[in-house]
Amino acid sequence: MLAKRVIPCMDVKDGRVVKGVNFVNLRDAGDPIELAQRYDAERADEVVFLDITATSDERATTVELASHASAQLHLPYCVGGGFRSVADIRRMIAAGADKVSVNSAAVANPRLISDAAYAFGTQAIVCAIDAKQVAGNPNKWEVYVHGGRTATGIDAVAWAAEAARRGAGEILLTSMDRDGSREGFDCALTRAVARAVDIPVIASGGVGKLEHFAQGILEGEADAVLAASVFHFGEFTIRQVKEHMASCGIPVRP
Amino acid sequence: MIAVVDYHKGNLLSVERGLAAAGAEVLVTDDAGAIARAEGIVLPGVGAFADASATMQELGQLEAVRARIAAGVPFLGICLGMHLLFEEGVEGAPDEDDEESSHNARGLAVLPGVVVKMPKLAVDGRPFKVPHVGWNTVVPPASGSFACPLFEGIPAGEYFYFTHSYIVPDGPFAVGMTAHSVAFPSAVQYGKRCFGVQFHPEKSSDAGAAVLRNFVRIVEGA
Repeated sequence: MLAKRVIPCMDVKDGRVVKGVNFVNLRDAGDPIELAQRYDAERADEVVFLDITATSDERATTVELASHASAQLHLPYCVGGGFRSVADIRRMIAAGADKVSVNSAAVANPRLISDAAYAFGTQAIVCAIDAKQVAGNPNKWEVYVHGGRTATGIDAVAWAAEAARRGAGEILLTSMDRDGSREGFDCALTRAVARAVDIPVIASGGVGKLEHFAQGILEGEADAVLAASVFHFGEFTIRQVKEHMASCGIPVRP
Repeated sequence: MIAVVDYHKGNLLSVERGLAAAGAEVLVTDDAGAIARAEGIVLPGVGAFADASATMQELGQLEAVRARIAAGVPFLGICLGMHLLFEEGVEGAPDEDDEESSHNARGLAVLPGVVVKMPKLAVDGRPFKVPHVGWNTVVPPASGSFACPLFEGIPAGEYFYFTHSYIVPDGPFAVGMTAHSVAFPSAVQYGKRCFGVQFHPEKSSDAGAAVLRNFVRIVEGA
């Protein structure tokens, strides 16, 4: 049976992990490869590197990171952030990334998803969506772009369905309301998206307690759960999360 | 020396490093001559069936690989590399949804049958997510432990990393099975030393490394 995945996410700037890393026993806590190797050893199911740089110079560093990652990691990884064209994505895939995630550029030009899926296969293209609940309407969420700074007026559930139709292989869904809140995933949002698409959905944003991971799967109907700081700060190990999920009857890779 | 066949569709670094870590001397090559001289052949999985088989045909790789498999040289096909062992594939062909289409791309035809899309519904109508992405278990086709030398020392039910939308047909060549919307062969064997795996051993942590070590040992013993 397909296991539900647990995915640590690292924000990377200029080749370095930038926030929220407080691991002891790491020679260099800012080295994304070393951190990812540690997660690999803890049996994370994959890792996400989110490139939060703005300039193309710095992006070249991330291409280098992808190439080191494919040589040194024995688990799949996804790189996200700043891809505007199939050529951008091609560079990252050529460097060895298993998957890339697209966000703002895909909202501006949905064909980017179709073109990239055609060029590299659906399994390589993840559509990342940042969604925020519409005020006064608990069952409606709006897509935001540019790192959550710009509202688009686009319905998040409809956009997820279109991304899937265009060939995205997965949806990485972040609740902006919950991100950093430690209140748990927005399970209503996650469930609405998971039911609207026939591709896997990764829940993101809001984990503060062990129970939240299981809630994302059981109540949110997600296929994978993603978190950052709770792992980086060593609050929970991957093993603890998986043990808790297993105790709730969720299939995990032990 | 193990040749990793490069058919120009993507990065083969993980496969190369995985085999090297398993103790092999590795050459990533697109040269049919080098493939014909190799003591073992790995056909990795990047790109789509039609596209890959066209390039392999053009570069003379299909013939070289087919001849070496027939000669009993150890072979490991990974993901699409496993699909290419079969007669035909619908992926990337016109009329992709028609299994009987005459437009299907041709594979190595070492094993019989057509590689088709994984159904999104189980027989009982339950919906499943496709692509099949993530870690899933591989079990022997019959109960008990693995008989295939590729899985020596690996317990039945071990998890491996999958990412695919197409599956190979079932048959007596299946040596490992995995269940998603349907149960499908996740490992196949032809003769003594020709294998295919649907999962990515190079991305499957310790269990994947064990599979690659077993393959390297088979190459060394051949």
